[in-house]
Parts: sequence; C-alpha cells; structure tokens
Amino acid sequence: MSTTAVTPTTPTAAAEEPRVVKARHPWRWVATGIVLVLLAMAVNALITNPAWDWPVVREYLFHPSVVSAALFTVELTALGIVLGFLLGTVLALMRLSRVPLLTSVAWGYVWLFRSVPLILQLLFWYNLGALYRQISFGIPFGPAFYSVDSMDLIGPVTAAVLGLALHQAAYAAEIVRGGFLSVDPGQLEAAAALGIPRRRQILRIQLPQAMRTIVPAAGNEIIGLVKGTSVVYIMALPELFYQVQVIYNRNGRVIAMLLVAAIWYLALTTVLSIAQYYVERRFGRGMARELPPTPLHRARRFAATRIAPRLAARRAAQGAAAETSGGGGAP
Amino acid sequence: MSRPMVEMRGVHKSYGPLHVLRGVDLRVDPGEVTVIIGPSGSGKSTLLRCVNHLEKIDRGHVTIDGEYIGYRRSGNRLYELREREILRQRTNIGFVFQSFNLFPHLTVLENVIEAPLSAQRRPRDEVERLAVELLAQVGLSDKVHAYPRQLSGGQQQRVAIARALALRPKVVLFDEPTSALDPELVGEVLEVMKELARSGTTMIVVTHEIGFAREVADTVVFLDEGRVIEQGPPAQVLDAPRHERTRAFLGKVR
Repeated sequence: MSTTAVTPTTPTAAAEEPRVVKARHPWRWVATGIVLVLLAMAVNALITNPAWDWPVVREYLFHPSVVSAALFTVELTALGIVLGFLLGTVLALMRLSRVPLLTSVAWGYVWLFRSVPLILQLLFWYNLGALYRQISFGIPFGPAFYSVDSMDLIGPVTAAVLGLALHQAAYAAEIVRGGFLSVDPGQLEAAAALGIPRRRQILRIQLPQAMRTIVPAAGNEIIGLVKGTSVVYIMALPELFYQVQVIYNRNGRVIAMLLVAAIWYLALTTVLSIAQYYVERRFGRGMARELPPTPLHRARRFAATRIAPRLAARRAAQGAAAETSGGGGAP
Repeated sequence: MSRPMVEMRGVHKSYGPLHVLRGVDLRVDPGEVTVIIGPSGSGKSTLLRCVNHLEKIDRGHVTIDGEYIGYRRSGNRLYELREREILRQRTNIGFVFQSFNLFPHLTVLENVIEAPLSAQRRPRDEVERLAVELLAQVGLSDKVHAYPRQLSGGQQQRVAIARALALRPKVVLFDEPTSALDPELVGEVLEVMKELARSGTTMIVVTHEIGFAREVADTVVFLDEGRVIEQGPPAQVLDAPRHERTRAFLGKVR
C-alpha cells in the first residue's frame, strides 16, 4: 500500500478517529437463556419432588457409620494409589530399562493385570486362603525358610488393598512410562553430556518434566479409584457404597441413601480436583513464561479490569451529563 | 611436541549400513581452537559426539589429555568402561548443543550448578560463586533466577556455555551452537566464544560460520563423507584450499 492517507467517505469521518463498535452475539444470549431455564427445571425437579427424601438424606449424610465408611473409602483409595504408583513406577522403569527380562516381565504384568476385571482380581485375592493355605519364602522348588498361614497374612482388608493396588499398578506403569517418554530426549542427552549420575538424571531431570504429563492422567486414576473402591462391597467391607446398602436394606430409603453416597463421592472428587489443579501448577514451573492465574487471581482481575472501569465510566458519564450537553467533535 | 589435549585415531562409526565416519584422525593441542566445517551429512556432529562418547565408536580410539574415552587401557587391551565411569570422564568435556537443551524446569543458576554439584560433588558455595561469575562473563547477571523459557535463544545458548564451563572442563565441544538462532542473535553467542578462545580454552567447534573460523580458529578441518579432506590454519584451508571438494564447499557457503 502507498503511504497516502485513507480517503474519508464522509466529511465527518475525516474529523474523528473511527470508533470501534463491538460485535453483537444475540444467539449466545438465546443459548444462555435456554440453558438457564433447563438448569432451573433440573433444580426444581431435585428440590420439590418428595421422592428424593431430602430429610432422610440430611439425617444420614453425617451419620457416624456413613462418615466412617467414607473415611474407609479414602483410606482404600490412598493405599491403592500410593502402593499402585510405587509399584507402577518400578514397572515403568523396568519396562524402560535395557535388560530384556525386566522389560518383558513388566510388559507381562501390565498385560495380565489390565486384562482381568478388577472385581475378579479382588475375588481371587479374597479366596487366596483357599488357593494356598500356606505362603512360604525360600528357594523356588527347594526348602522354605519361613511359612505363614495365608488366612493370617491376607485378611479381607489386605486382600482389598492388594487387589486395588496391583490392578492400579498396571495402569500407573503405563502412565509413568508415558510421562518419561514425553520428555525431550535432548534433556537426557544434555544430562549425560554433563556427567550427571544416572539416578540423579532420572530424579532431578526426567521425573519433574515427566510429571507434567503424569499428573493429569494420575488425577484421572485417583478419581477413578475413589469410585472404583465401591466394587470392594462384594467383600463385605464397610466402605461407602456397602454401608449405604446396609442402611437402605434396613430402612428401605434406597434413593435417599444412594444420594448420600453420591454426595460423598462428589465431595471427595471435588477436593481431589482442586488439589490436582495446584499440583499441576507446581510442575508447570518454567514451562510457560508465566504461570497461569488461579481462579482467585482471575476473579480479582475480572473485578479490576471489567467491573471497576465500567463503574468508573458510568460515574464519569453521569458527571459529564451534569456538566454539559454538547461537545462531540473536536473544535 | 607437547601431549595433545584431544586425539582421535582411525575413528570409524556406522549407524546400521550408514558408514558415517571412515577413519578420522584428529589432534587438538592444549589451548587450541579447532573449527570443523563440511557439508551436512559429512559426519561433523557425529565426530563431536564420539569425542565425549555420546556415540560409541566402532573402531579406533579417542583420548583426552592422554585418557582413553569410554575405555580403560591395560597393556594391549581396552576394557569397556561402565556408565558411571563414562559419566565421570564426561565431566572433563564440556558440550554445547545446537538446541541448547537447558533444563526448562530449573532456573538459570540451577542449570549451571547442577552438574558440578551432583557429578563432581564440589561444595555448593564455591559452585554458586563460580556460576554467578560465569553468568556475568556471558553477560547474563540479571537472568540468574530466570527460567530458560523466559530467555531469548541467544541468551539460552550463553547459559548453556556457562553450564558447560562450570564443570571446569579440559575441552569444550560446540555442536553448531548458532544454527538454531535468529540471525541477529548469532553475534552475541560468537562473541562469548571468541572471548573463551582468547582466554586459552581448548575448543572444538562445528559450525557454518566461516567468518568465525577465520578469526578464531588455530586449525580448520574440512570433513566430507566421513573423512578429513584437509586441515591447516584458516588462511590456508579457507583462502587457499588445495582440495577440489573444499573449494566447492566454500564456494557454496560464501
């Protein structure tokens, strides 16, 4: 384009800078309206229908037996995740090692424990006592140094934790392995060129970078396991789902009791989702030029940039209107 | 003649059927700057990566200050070293990558002090003092606590140079250190490298910057198809090349 000035279309446009008119989005407002109506209908249906039995829900939500069942669910989840990810990390490192046997054993483990349904695995562990009466440690096919009755070693709680953790480890192994694979190979090369010891390369250079990929997937797994612990009810262990079943079998308020369980699961996953957000921020250091703002920051910024200027503009407009009525174009 | 700082003898390296290095001999004396030039695919980067054993060589040997790299010599045998020992040897060899390869989750200072602390187990206060000094030398005193992604390419490469120097290496290898940089950022990195060369650091530089080679190099090596075609002082190799292939290459680069 040439450097000559743009020819004005009308004489008035030449005098002023063109004003930006914001685009209007009427359909966004229509869609917002429809969704609001649907939301109101849903809330109405939840509150006004007496079949939901809200008074019963209120009565049992913090009932001691329900609270202790929820705590047991948390306990099972925590043990399952911690043990699962510990074993999973070992499996992932085995899989990534240069030793053929370790690689194939890790692969085989993941194959086996991902293939058999969790509920079946749990029942196997539960019935281990029938399968092996004695568990002994010693030379394979040779003498045993130490034997223990399997019933004593593996009670129902241990069986549940073992089942959840071993199953979880198979998934965790793949998540951890994926995390390590996502790290730029140049990072390892740089670490090797600097002579950084192998263990330190893994812990200080690879793992923190791998965590960026691992955390979101692990968050999924933890939340999945919170709910997944409910299959333990088949072992008659007093976790949340089993406990509400016990109660509704006694009082007959099925829907209300299921709602109690649902609210607890919601609360637990909400806490975990928030925790995940902050853990992700922690491992995001150095990845973005600036860390993304937290919701709190965002709310503050919204108030500062959107609401405050509008208020100020309104105040200014009122002041201007009171002062004078003319004055559009420059003299 | 003094003992060479770096010596390569009859080095061969193949990737599968691809014979990249076909018997390379190279000698770099202490305090010398050797610049390796050559067309892409000639094996320049591979040669450099063989010096610090990032690539295992198939035949021949590499010594640094008389020490076999990747092997221990006993009588007439070379025993392969284990990873831990190779890692220790690498602390004598600085390496600067084309793509910087700074650790993005660590600050500039943490990047520089990591290897001296964990690989050489030197005391933290000494290492930190040295790191701050080195960062000042490369003109980044104000970026000590920044993260790599907050820096320009030229600044990142200067951090990478400081990181390599923090090991107090006997030789520093540069693998096309300015090839990934925007043209206006090349100068600042070359300036740091010139300063290093003046201070008597032994350097091997793979580069396409002929001007840098002419100004700084003691020896220019022209590599083609995995062989050293000719080598000598820049005035000879760059301005009066004896070999046809060198002339052809220089004709294209200029």
